[in-house]
Amino acid sequence: MKRHLDEELKELNKDILKMGALTEEAIYKSIEALKTRDRGMAENVISNDTSVDKLELDIDERCIDLIARYQPMAKDLRFITTGMKINSELERIADIAVDIAQRTLEIVDKPLLKPLVDIPKLAAVAQKMVKTAIDSFIKGDIELAKKVMLSDPEADNLRNLIQKELVDDYMLKDASSAPRAVQLLLIARFLERICDHTTNIAEDVIYMVQAEVVKHHPEKLK
Amino acid sequence: MAKIVSKRLNLWYGDFHALKDIDAGFEEKRITAIIGPSGCGKSTMLRVFNRMNDLIEGVRTKGTVLVDGADILGENADLVVLRKKVGMVFQRPNPFPLSVYENIVFGEKIHGERLKRDALDEVVEKSLRSVLLWDELKDALNRPALALSLEQKQRLCIARLIAVKPDVLLMDEPCSTLDPQATMRIEELMRELKNNYTIIIVTHNMQQAARVSEDTGFMLLGELIEFGKTEQIFTAPKDKRTEDYITGRYG
Repeated sequence: MKRHLDEELKELNKDILKMGALTEEAIYKSIEALKTRDRGMAENVISNDTSVDKLELDIDERCIDLIARYQPMAKDLRFITTGMKINSELERIADIAVDIAQRTLEIVDKPLLKPLVDIPKLAAVAQKMVKTAIDSFIKGDIELAKKVMLSDPEADNLRNLIQKELVDDYMLKDASSAPRAVQLLLIARFLERICDHTTNIAEDVIYMVQAEVVKHHPEKLK
Repeated sequence: MAKIVSKRLNLWYGDFHALKDIDAGFEEKRITAIIGPSGCGKSTMLRVFNRMNDLIEGVRTKGTVLVDGADILGENADLVVLRKKVGMVFQRPNPFPLSVYENIVFGEKIHGERLKRDALDEVVEKSLRSVLLWDELKDALNRPALALSLEQKQRLCIARLIAVKPDVLLMDEPCSTLDPQATMRIEELMRELKNNYTIIIVTHNMQQAARVSEDTGFMLLGELIEFGKTEQIFTAPKDKRTEDYITGRYG
């Protein structure tokens, strides 16, 4: 039977996709701004965040409206509640892209501390996780969601590696490197946080598809 | 422990197979909701539990229904005792054309209890209190029950059941004629009553089933398709047919 709710859910899906696209763009640009030392691009990430914030509110409103008017059950309910959670995770990720852009602005005019090798690697992991997480939501694909969750340790390892290198090879050896090293340290931390939010999205997708809560229950993934 | 257990229960109206191999256990002092489209057999099943279907011509049942472990479908089942133990509330409130007071003591009289006036007064007060009608009606006990509001009539019918001290209350769409406020109040009453009674409610209103019950069964074409905790049925049903029905895709 054709339901009007299906049309509404399609619109919600479209909005969440748009939110995902804006978030991916924000991360991409924040990393490109860092790599290419592009002040304009970093500023662009910051100014574009208002459209992400606006869309977040619109999606929230749409979800609350759907719950109030349709009192959805079962997979409809899981889709809408998961949509709300993913919406808020994506908005947090976009905020972190702004944080990265702000740190970039702090160092963009200063001499490069070191060639960037591991940070772009970590950024690539984070971008891939975000893309895969959004795909897993669109396709309702649990295997993709699991793939996202299994990538998180790689991000943690890279973050630790970056931290160790910046502290041991720069900050401890030359105190004057600290102001620039701290910015890079923060950026590594931000990228790792993006991966954590992405993992939350993957957990939400698994709940949406098979109604199983895997959050805080890693054993259920096996 | 399950208060009512149904094992391979089948029922036919003439050639029509209305209940098919129903296996279910209804837990004591809980509210169980039965949902499903019109004609799925949910009211029929409810009526089996106090043998109301016996009144319909051409009805045939097979299988077992145990209430407190005793088979109620057997030839030796005592229907008077059964209907005292398992009472029913109907879709349309059906008070007798008597006073409020007489409605409540009617059961006591039918069941042969010869109570003195004081004892009857006590039954009336206790029953009306348990359905939260006492304060409204204590000064109007001689009023004709038919003059009450729909909600009051439905509460009175529940009080009339409670007066004969049943264990189980079967409710067949008890709120379908009531407005949303009255429905909410009857639902609150059900939550109160659940502390002392086992309640099984048949309802078309899925939100009501989700709000008020702890267990839910979904029936379709005479079969009990799925039975489980209400939160599981409404958030993560296991059977696609349940999913389709509760999300409005059935049809």
